[in-house]
Amino acid sequence: MIMSLWRGLVAVCFLFVFFIFSVWAKDNLNGAGSTFVYPILSKWAYEYQKATNVKVNYQSIGSGGGIRQITERTVDFGASDMALTPEKLSQANLLQFPVVIGGVVLSYNLPELKGKNLVLSGDIICKIYLGKIKNWNDPAIVALNPGLNLPAKPITPVFRSDGSGTTAVFTHYLSQVCQDWAKEIGYGTTVNFRVGLSGKGNEGVANYVKRTLYSIGYIEYTYAIQNRLPAALLKNSAGNVVKADDSTFQEAAATAQFDPGKHFYAWLTNAPGKNAYPITGAVFVLLAKAKPEVNKAVVKFFDWVFNNGDNMARKLGYVPLPKAVKNKVRAYWKQNGIY
Amino acid sequence: MEKHILRRKFFNYLALLFTIISASWGLFWLFFILFDVLRHGLSALSLTLFLADPTPPGEEGGGLRHAFVGHLLINLIAILLGVPLGILGGTFLAEYGRNWKISGYISFLADTMMSVPAILVGAFVYAVLVKPLGHFSGWAGGVALAIIMFPVIVRTTEQMLKLVPWTIREAAFALGAPYHKVIWQVVYPSVKTGLFTGILLAIARVSGEAAPLLFTSFNNNFFSLDMKGPIASLTVTIFVYAMGPYEYWHAQAWGAALVITLGILLLNLTARLILKRRRPR
Amino acid sequence: MEFTNRLFAFLTFLGAFLAPLLLFGILFIFLKEASLALGKFGFFQFIASAEWDPVFEKFGAAVPLTGTMIVATLSLLIAVPFALGVALFVTEVCPARLQDLIRLAVELLAAIPSIVYGMWGLFTLAPLMARYVEPFLQKVFSPLPIVGFLFQGTPLGIDLFTASVMLSIMIIPFTASVAIESFYLVPPVLKESAYGIGATKWEVIKDVIFPYCKIGILGGIGLSLGRALGETMAVAFVLGNINLFPISLFSPTTTVTVKLANEFTEADKDLHLSALFYLGFLLYLLSLLVIAGSKYFIYRVQKK
Repeated sequence: MIMSLWRGLVAVCFLFVFFIFSVWAKDNLNGAGSTFVYPILSKWAYEYQKATNVKVNYQSIGSGGGIRQITERTVDFGASDMALTPEKLSQANLLQFPVVIGGVVLSYNLPELKGKNLVLSGDIICKIYLGKIKNWNDPAIVALNPGLNLPAKPITPVFRSDGSGTTAVFTHYLSQVCQDWAKEIGYGTTVNFRVGLSGKGNEGVANYVKRTLYSIGYIEYTYAIQNRLPAALLKNSAGNVVKADDSTFQEAAATAQFDPGKHFYAWLTNAPGKNAYPITGAVFVLLAKAKPEVNKAVVKFFDWVFNNGDNMARKLGYVPLPKAVKNKVRAYWKQNGIY
Repeated sequence: MEKHILRRKFFNYLALLFTIISASWGLFWLFFILFDVLRHGLSALSLTLFLADPTPPGEEGGGLRHAFVGHLLINLIAILLGVPLGILGGTFLAEYGRNWKISGYISFLADTMMSVPAILVGAFVYAVLVKPLGHFSGWAGGVALAIIMFPVIVRTTEQMLKLVPWTIREAAFALGAPYHKVIWQVVYPSVKTGLFTGILLAIARVSGEAAPLLFTSFNNNFFSLDMKGPIASLTVTIFVYAMGPYEYWHAQAWGAALVITLGILLLNLTARLILKRRRPR
Repeated sequence: MEFTNRLFAFLTFLGAFLAPLLLFGILFIFLKEASLALGKFGFFQFIASAEWDPVFEKFGAAVPLTGTMIVATLSLLIAVPFALGVALFVTEVCPARLQDLIRLAVELLAAIPSIVYGMWGLFTLAPLMARYVEPFLQKVFSPLPIVGFLFQGTPLGIDLFTASVMLSIMIIPFTASVAIESFYLVPPVLKESAYGIGATKWEVIKDVIFPYCKIGILGGIGLSLGRALGETMAVAFVLGNINLFPISLFSPTTTVTVKLANEFTEADKDLHLSALFYLGFLLYLLSLLVIAGSKYFIYRVQKK
């Protein structure tokens, strides 16, 4: 009898302790979504916590997940590399604004190249992912890379198994440069890839490309840098071969029409411009209209980011929003009563 | 010797050989996996792993304090919910409901429940606790683990209690004790070792689960004690880090895997050692 | 006093009632969440369709269900002979002092968390398969006529074969423990009379033990099957996660559990999430059937 009373008491103590901690917990924010933005968003969150003691917990589950979770209101904000159309936004009662810009690169695992860079065109990438170009020494690839020692090995394309904004940006680009792709597969956060392996998140794709010989995968630029993976040079809409770096990303972003009236809906792929990088994208944050107090806290975080986060973004290979766009975003916040 | 006797002997030796090979096959994989986990995980074990919080992705260093603490908290909730309910349920099946036909059915159902895929339990808790309440939570994770633990404890309790001879209870009844007192003061104490080991084994089982936590307690990059929100856990962290591209993530995942595996093995060995010691009684 | 007794009795009843409540509650919730997809695709169309297209919102269970069954069956095929071998070793061959030790070792195999298996699979097993085992098998078997096609394809290590091998190691203990219990139940007099007329050990196993323990063994196999059907984390690391039918042992594919783990928090359309719940519902039914059936077999054996 005494023993059981004892145990009951211990249990009650524990529960009491929990409740105390639960009630005491600081204002933490929870976000989820794009793995594209995960490295820089985590870095911003880490520094923000040091500066203000507010924890912004961001989970990279893919843009599809971010859209779903904010729609279900199970997180405070979502992040997606695919912008939602004004119709979808009003359906789900969401607000949307861009926060940073980055590029999607094609990384590959070809030890024979010994560090030299591969050159690819949209058409070739399209055919690789459709399964129409099967080997690395295919004449089309050789034609663009005359000096390289391309092996006679089959290509393993890697793609995303989860709902991904990176996939949306990548497939949107493919739909623009390749008619077969637009017709047969289309673009979106999850599409019906025909061939290859799938990994979870940019992290998973980078992981598979790293450890699978003769594979190729599309990943956000930072993941290539951080994992010392090569990035293919691409032929852009102007016909020039461009490298992935912040100047080519910036040139692609320069022509983007960020219109607050349309909740900043924009695609940056296949942008015009002599040295524009063809697979560029912006990351959009989604907020639930019905939660103004939470949104104010989220906006406070991103305002801090706009003021303090540019150098961190550049260091990681992202392109911060141009000043003009930042001001448009602030005006949008004000308009919606959360700034 | 005649040919057909030789033939029979030959098959006999073959079969013998095969059983030895099978046992070796099983033992080989056990030791190989344990050795591999030890090899990779040992180098990652350091005070930093246990005491530091994670760094942003791509920046080396940091630790898994948030995951260790979160994991302990979630499992604690699972134990506090699953064990009492499980013991109550098992007590009904072995005591009050002992002669009811429905007990047999419930016992069978509990037994079946023990092998339900863990990820389906996670999806269930998502639908009833996460979506309606609007956020992931450590509580939801604890509930999911409790649901997995519950039938195991019910069955163990039932089996242990049924081992106690009825005559012992009769003696207590003869002294005028009401049934609940008989259970608490006579039956429970006589099976407390068996119950305890059953609970240990159930904890060992549940603490290694990752799938049910994926959509309930979700994950958290920060150290947090707020069970009303998402919480990191060792198993989900291993999943995320192992699938990721960073080498230092892989190293930390191995460290976490080593800790979890050793912990679970220890629980298992302790439970079985206790059971063994009881037999000569 | 009597009140306390009644209260306690009621509490225990609630505890017991929780079991069927949860079991059927899970079924009900899954059905409710799946109703959207159920209404749109029906039963036969959903099972037969191999499409899984979130863009055009067409979903079908054929690939994950097939993947689940092929992975489970393959791993059983590999695991069962070894499991029976281990059980026979423990009960018939092994010296008495070692019996408990070997049984413990086998049970520890089941105790290792599946996520550790998965991680080990990704970092150790898959590269071993890709570098040594699969190319070797491909060299030996692919020229052969009937089975040759099973060994085609690029051996990446992230495929059906690796997943099945790993799963087979995980499920050995389930069949083995039940088999050991069944073998112990064989009345010694049956075995002794067989030895008495000059049977070899193998003949006693083949003609006395196996027929006697048929049902128990089947039950144990059923338990392993149930485990294999529901395994998620270990398989998620090494299966490749692509919604295509496997055309050889070295193809990546997907299973219901792996699909759920990957897409659940990320399905951004209602129909997609509902289709996932539909898949989960089907798996739940399948597992319940297999597990309940196996438990029933074992129960009958133990009653003898």
